[in-house]
Amino acid sequence: MTNTGKTVYQPLDHTGDLGMLVFGADLHELFAHAAWGLCDLMTDAERIEPRLSRDLAVEAIDLEDLMVRWLGELLYAYDTDRFLAVNAVFHTLEPTRLHATLRGEPFDAERHPIDTEIKAVTYHQIAVERLDTGWQARVIFDI
Amino acid sequence: MREVAEGLFRNIPSGVGARQQAVRLSQADLQGVLKRGAGWAVSQGYGTPRDLEHTEENGCLKGAEPQTVSQRALERGRPQLGSIGSGNHFVEVDYVAEVYDDEVARALGLFKDQLAITIHTGSRGLGYQVCDDSIKAMQRTTQQYGIAIPDRQLCCAPLNSPPAREYIGAMTSAANFAFANRQLITHTVRQTFAEVLQRSAPDLRIEVIYDVCHNIGKFETHMVDGEARRLCVHRKGATRALAPGHPQLPSVYRDLGQPVLIPGDMGRYSYVLIGTRQGGEETFASSCHGAGRLMSRTQAKKSARGRPIVQELESQGIYVRSAGRATLMEEIPEAYKDVRDVVDVVHGAGISRKVVQLRPLGVVKG
Repeated sequence: MTNTGKTVYQPLDHTGDLGMLVFGADLHELFAHAAWGLCDLMTDAERIEPRLSRDLAVEAIDLEDLMVRWLGELLYAYDTDRFLAVNAVFHTLEPTRLHATLRGEPFDAERHPIDTEIKAVTYHQIAVERLDTGWQARVIFDI
Repeated sequence: MREVAEGLFRNIPSGVGARQQAVRLSQADLQGVLKRGAGWAVSQGYGTPRDLEHTEENGCLKGAEPQTVSQRALERGRPQLGSIGSGNHFVEVDYVAEVYDDEVARALGLFKDQLAITIHTGSRGLGYQVCDDSIKAMQRTTQQYGIAIPDRQLCCAPLNSPPAREYIGAMTSAANFAFANRQLITHTVRQTFAEVLQRSAPDLRIEVIYDVCHNIGKFETHMVDGEARRLCVHRKGATRALAPGHPQLPSVYRDLGQPVLIPGDMGRYSYVLIGTRQGGEETFASSCHGAGRLMSRTQAKKSARGRPIVQELESQGIYVRSAGRATLMEEIPEAYKDVRDVVDVVHGAGISRKVVQLRPLGVVKG
């Protein structure tokens, strides 16, 4: 799946659940792409307009925990306010904390298809790794 | 049946996508739900005391500690009471196609060609959030207790430790939310049939056979090496199947054993079984919970792409309605194992015994 022509994420096959492999040139891009991927699994991310913004701060015990909590916060924003975040700019992004400005819009049944209701972001097989080519993360969702 | 399926689809919120709230709950109502479960729903007029007599633990697990449920979980759950959710959750109208055990079927109130309704849903976002909160909290706990785990999702704490006790209080509250959720849907199902058939709901005599939760840890007494011991039995992808005579069975089923509900897929069949003594002794009174997937969701979607799933099923006399565009593709019948094979194994092994086979007529998915 792509947004600006480069591979942002790949859905991962997992018997009962659903996952994604996310790619990014650096950590900032990796975390922003993870948000895009989550949004794209729930609906069609290309149809989400980044017309509203909100700030988000997350603390964690390590980088993998940070990824799970980051996506968990985005899922919570969707579940409570129906806010779908398609991209993010990071003011701070360290292994144990981040502060970001999210951009997106509320879910609109007229314009946004519903693909999957994601129950939770899990720690199952969680991985955030630096490769020769950049960064890669694996996240499995409970659906 | 088309009208019934459409009525159910219209009246039961899926809870995904646009917010369509079944009931408006105050904070106090929500506390009542977590503490009293289906009993709360019945006290508000959603169902009858008879429903509770046919529900596991009378629709309320003891030991709920609503104060251990986070604000976030309350917020996620509040607009969702009375909704189905997506994935494999559903409300289905079936008919009894085969009767294997006439005596037990009659005792449950089932007979050939009778309509039966199956509801499969749980604690919704509230439960997911309780799980999420606890898993995050226990990321450190596992290390503190020196427990080595192969995967971070398996984080844990000793059963009697403070974090575990807190989790159990929250999990129990979530189970009560689930009992209330299904009770509300049961009420909506009755209202819908009454509306479509233009009869009063009590006249239709739609009675609960059994309501049970799965994917949960339950405290039960079992014999271990000839000794009665109180255990926490965690069933996932499995369901409770208590043997006849078990003290935790509702009195109406004490002599019969527990009705075991095994949904198949939306195109073929589902089963009702009954708990056996052998299952009680050999499997900590556990049985299978469903067919199990054969294809991953992605594989199913690939195989369903471009196919008119709704029409395919309609040509077999099954009216299917769904809120999510991917749900029906992920849930195509061939994505699941043939539940008959699974049930035959369970029956053959004596873990539970077949009572009736149900075939679908109308299915509503989230």
